[in-house]
Amino acid sequence: MKILTANRLTDGEAVWFAADGTWAETIDVAETVDDKAGEARLEAIGKAAHDNNEVVDVNLIDVSLVGGTIRPLRLREAIRAAGPTNRLDLGKQARPSAGAA
Amino acid sequence: MYRYDEFDHDFVKARVAEFSDQVERRLGGEITEDQFRPLRLMNGVYLQLHAYMLRIAVPYGTLNSKQMRMLGHVARKYDKGYGHFTTRQNIQFNWPALSDIPAILADLASVEMHAIQTSGNCIRNVTADHFAGAAADEVADPRPYAEILRQWSSVHPEFSYLPRKFKIAVTGAERDRAAIQTHDIGLHLKKNDKGELGFAVYIGGGQGRTPMVARKIRDFLPEEHLLSYTTAILRVYNLHGRRDNKYKARIKILVHETGVDEITRQVDAEWQALKDGELKLPEADVAAIQAYFAPPALAARPEGDEAVKLARLDSKSFGDWIDQNVFTHRNPDYAAVTISLKGIGEVPGDATDSQMEAVADIAERYGFDEIRVSHEQNLILPHVARADLKAVYDALVAIELATANSNLISDIIACPGLDYCALANARSIPVAQEISKRFASLERQRDIGELKLKISGCINACGHHHVGHIGILGVEKKGAELYQVTLGGSADEHTSVGEIIGRGFGPEEITDAIETIVETYLAIRLDRSEKFLDAYRRIGPAPFKEALYASEAKAA
Repeated sequence: MKILTANRLTDGEAVWFAADGTWAETIDVAETVDDKAGEARLEAIGKAAHDNNEVVDVNLIDVSLVGGTIRPLRLREAIRAAGPTNRLDLGKQARPSAGAA
Repeated sequence: MYRYDEFDHDFVKARVAEFSDQVERRLGGEITEDQFRPLRLMNGVYLQLHAYMLRIAVPYGTLNSKQMRMLGHVARKYDKGYGHFTTRQNIQFNWPALSDIPAILADLASVEMHAIQTSGNCIRNVTADHFAGAAADEVADPRPYAEILRQWSSVHPEFSYLPRKFKIAVTGAERDRAAIQTHDIGLHLKKNDKGELGFAVYIGGGQGRTPMVARKIRDFLPEEHLLSYTTAILRVYNLHGRRDNKYKARIKILVHETGVDEITRQVDAEWQALKDGELKLPEADVAAIQAYFAPPALAARPEGDEAVKLARLDSKSFGDWIDQNVFTHRNPDYAAVTISLKGIGEVPGDATDSQMEAVADIAERYGFDEIRVSHEQNLILPHVARADLKAVYDALVAIELATANSNLISDIIACPGLDYCALANARSIPVAQEISKRFASLERQRDIGELKLKISGCINACGHHHVGHIGILGVEKKGAELYQVTLGGSADEHTSVGEIIGRGFGPEEITDAIETIVETYLAIRLDRSEKFLDAYRRIGPAPFKEALYASEAKAA
């Protein structure tokens, strides 16, 4: 299973492409795909957003669903989705809504 | 310290205007990321995991209070309230918005700072001994030469697109505190028999995936030839350094593949054509730069010894701090102070905005307005009257920067690692924090003695693991973090690259493994005067391997 991620051009914020067609600031609403056609569609969306100067460093990443929650397979992506593991007061994990899911 | 002249001011101002325009055009969609990326890198702007990162140059690690206060201001206004001092004597901010960077650079320019050449395949910040101008064992202050090199290398048209990045370090003492043998060029400022100043010149040192100790190619280069000879080295490298493979593009590979004798011959041949030309340094110009680094007028403060003695009686923790973090100054009434950015369990090299401002205040009041950043990720007050040490200590206690652990096992160098860095394969900071907590007892640390522990989260070795007495390299294996341990590295005048001790350790095992290594050292050392590195060099890896892996071997 894969999702599409990038960093927003203006401020570098880590973002994920969401099912509602926006770039969300948290991973929980990312659109998941689990076939080649879905991956190709997300890749095309990513390329268009990159070319349109909305985002940079666009990547499809591997995830799994754990109890209905999206979990990146690689630690690197888990840290991007949460924030620095040594500073729980920073990054997405510091948001009031974080951890509610 | 060096002050910008009119040319410097105009140059930095023009660069801020130019880059601001480039940012504006990027945000407006006029230029693509592919076009913009090299431009932002030339101005110190990286993209990391969570955000952009801005690396700001601190030339040879020297700052005044106004500049430090500005760094605190940047941390508070544009970032998340802290900054990270690096192993190249620079500072990085981890969270700036691209749209704010023009304003940050304008603020920095107002205090004679910038982020130029903190990235890219150019000559990077020239680093120097952090006790320069203060150390009792120094022959001469290396910073005027670092400044001459800075001026020469700034947007040097011939050397702005080298095969790879290029790092120069300068020391002015026999005791190398600037790790010059791990640099592309290492310069050891010294005097010859006639009392003239010159340099022993080393080239081809480096860390990364192919660690190499630099080779000495000249024992004494008269100071007037600093730029002509450096230019000759850079020319040979620029011409013959590999551009086909970025992993083989550093000068260390060229030196290794060509052979040091042949490289020396080529450099000398190039130098013969340059040495008596326009690059020969006029004495007056050297003197003019040296004048910027004239030591502060240090008034006699003979009451210092008595004051320290009395304060010691009053406070054991002050005494511990004096023993560990205070370094001998060339003036007996004064001392150089290490402000540890390695509080127990803290992030190596991090300082908050208010800590930066408080350090600026302390430096202004007690330290002749001078602050240094060390490559070991601490701050230094190079000139403090011994009579003022207690007041400085008390002020540092108030901002939680009085940890008495300089050169001890918790004085760890660590790169940002996978918590921030896009290149990292494993985390460094939490490993450093765990080891620091395990060895929290100062009594225990002092019993262990001098021990340099260095951690990198990938093979690029920003955390200098190759030259740690104990080095830790984080790698990714089968999707998990694994930590490889090296022993016997050193970055002083007897530089050596550490040897891998055996299989790596998981995140839950690594602190225990380090403790086993330390306990093994304590068991084998001749006595307390035999340091970890000396014991390792005497006995070798066998007892450490035995202690770490023997039970596995038996089980198998």
